Amino acid sequence: MFRYKLPPWLLLLLPAIIVLAAVVMLPLLLSLYSSFTPYRLTRPDSLFKWIGTYNYEKALTDSKFWAAFGRTIVLLTIALNLEMLLGLGLALLVSKVTRGQRALRTMMMFPMMFSPVLVGFQFKFIFNDNVGLVNNALQSLGITDQVIPWLVDGKLAMFSIIFAEVWTSTSVFAILILAGLYAIPKDPLEAAKVDGCTSWQTFRHITLPFIMPFIYIAMAIRSLDVARAYDIVQIMTNGGPARRTELLWTLIGRTGYVDAKMGYANAMGYTSIFLAIFFTVYFFRKLTSARNELGMGG
Amino acid sequence: MAEVHLEKVVKKYGELEVVHGIDLDIGHNEFVVFVGPSGCGKSTTLRMIAGLENISGGNIRIGDRVVNDLPPRARNISMVFQNYALYPHMSVRENLGFSLKIAGKDKAEIEAAVDEAAAILSLTPLLDRKPGELSGGQRQRVAMGRAIVRHPDVFLFDEPLSNLDAKLRTQMRVEIKKLHRKIKTTIIYVTHDQVEAMTLADRIVIMRNGSIEQQGTPLEVFANPVSTFVATFIGSPPMNLIDGVVKGGQVVFSDGTSLPVPPRYSAAEGQRVQYGVRADNIMPIGHALPPEEHMAELDMTVSLSEPLGTETILFGEISDTEIQAKMLNPRPVEPGETMRFQITLDKCHLFDAESGVSLRT
Ligand SMILES: Nc1ncnc2c1ncn2[C@@H]1O[C@H](COP(=O)(O)OP(=O)(O)OP(=O)(O)O)[C@@H](O)[C@H]1O
Ligand SMILES: [Mg+2]
Repeated sequence: MFRYKLPPWLLLLLPAIIVLAAVVMLPLLLSLYSSFTPYRLTRPDSLFKWIGTYNYEKALTDSKFWAAFGRTIVLLTIALNLEMLLGLGLALLVSKVTRGQRALRTMMMFPMMFSPVLVGFQFKFIFNDNVGLVNNALQSLGITDQVIPWLVDGKLAMFSIIFAEVWTSTSVFAILILAGLYAIPKDPLEAAKVDGCTSWQTFRHITLPFIMPFIYIAMAIRSLDVARAYDIVQIMTNGGPARRTELLWTLIGRTGYVDAKMGYANAMGYTSIFLAIFFTVYFFRKLTSARNELGMGG
Repeated sequence: MAEVHLEKVVKKYGELEVVHGIDLDIGHNEFVVFVGPSGCGKSTTLRMIAGLENISGGNIRIGDRVVNDLPPRARNISMVFQNYALYPHMSVRENLGFSLKIAGKDKAEIEAAVDEAAAILSLTPLLDRKPGELSGGQRQRVAMGRAIVRHPDVFLFDEPLSNLDAKLRTQMRVEIKKLHRKIKTTIIYVTHDQVEAMTLADRIVIMRNGSIEQQGTPLEVFANPVSTFVATFIGSPPMNLIDGVVKGGQVVFSDGTSLPVPPRYSAAEGQRVQYGVRADNIMPIGHALPPEEHMAELDMTVSLSEPLGTETILFGEISDTEIQAKMLNPRPVEPGETMRFQITLDKCHLFDAESGVSLRT
């Protein structure tokens, strides 16, 4: 018999707490700890050597790390903005359609249904300099007779990656913004028309403030997504050529698994998490203020 | 100057025709109220005038322009919506000034106009609040303020008071009437509340199933309803209607009682009719207005009385039809008491039983 009974709420929560501890807390603590050791996958005993913040100092002074960091931010900025604009355009078009809107909405989501690895392979083929679709098309149309090194030239490779990202994820924005458009009450839009607004002015002064919260939600989701971008890049360029498309997580993955320097990789990982946290906090702030604008706060 | 003319205006939703060729001429500065039961097409008509709904046939003219195909912004109208339709993300000040800002007016001019409107509607202390921080009545005033800052040619109101409680509604009704006197603009006002219609209107337009049933000043439509529909819709309590048959200058009811055909009405011998008498014109003798030229009397048993203070509403029956009568200088009345009533025939009505049309000559 138990002498001291656990309070029922704790008892009921216990399974969840144990599972969470095993699945989330343990690996998290372990990886955090290992970032303070010179842990190499090939030398398990290195896990028990404490080297303090050495890995972090090394990461913060590593130009390769900062280059990947910068590149990730560039990718994030360009991809998110493009996706937002295209998604907005798409959502506006779809919301105007009166027939077959359901089918269109479903079709819009197709790109989201493919695994990013497959998308990576698909675009790797499309942008291949010899047999790729793009070069063949350009050449057949007589636009160029050059072989354009889409995935080999650093700038073009970055463009190709962004293109693939945008292709897969514009629909995230489109769907969320469409939901926002559906949620706009009809009255203020009509009031704006009567108040003398052109369609553009109605959009600018009424529609946009109403869908801003939805845009920020999409931004928050997608910024986390892109900040941990790995698969598409890994498949399309493998961070190459010569690290010119290396992003944070391809770099971290390479350091951890290829170079086997797990401790160092974990240190870089924890540093980059700040990037994700920063963007999340930033967009949630924006979201809250946009909602307050509309009097939805609280 | 803005008159509004509707010529054979039709509205169809697909196959369904909901407004059937309305003709209406509204004068400059006139306060016209559309009234009618739910679903009769009041809002639709108003929205066609606003340009929020395209018209399926006929013409709408504002001033001397045909506005059929003009967008709302080109019509110089403003509209107050039933649920106010304020812009939730703008302060009261911005809400009021929005149309002027869109019109490209300069800051000083907007500020002056907003201040003026805010002063008229006592909104000045609320200017920096958001609509979410206002009470229903305050929102309603902001909605009106937003409409008046522009000095439009025509004001359109779609049931602006229906979301307010009874007391506030009465108060705002007075405000609207004062406002009309102050700003002198054509107003078209939609409501399904006949009291609002009677008190506000220069002219009442009674709509039914997408057509105009009758129009006229409040007193005209009250005194001379063209049909049983108008008779029961306008006035409170609604007019009593008793089925009967015309026999030798009398209308005989099913229980054998009869009343003379009212003066100025004529019906064929044997015609089935409905006899109309308002509560104000059937009163117990001794608690009634002084008799007029043509009077009749009958006995009625009171089944229920509703004392209202200065008067009491008495419920009784004439030939199985419930009758409401009015008692002035009331005394307590026991249910079951039989009283003698006087009926002012000059104010009674006769309608054809089939069509409900008035038989007035
Ligand atoms: N978009 C629409 N499609 C089809 N029918 C409609 C549409 N809008 C309104 N109607 C119909 O048109 C008729 C008139 O509607 P309207 O809104 O003008 O009524 P109303 O007189 O304003 O009623 P209420 O007092 O309830 O506001 C109604 O029978 C309604 O069902
Ligand atoms: Mg309506």
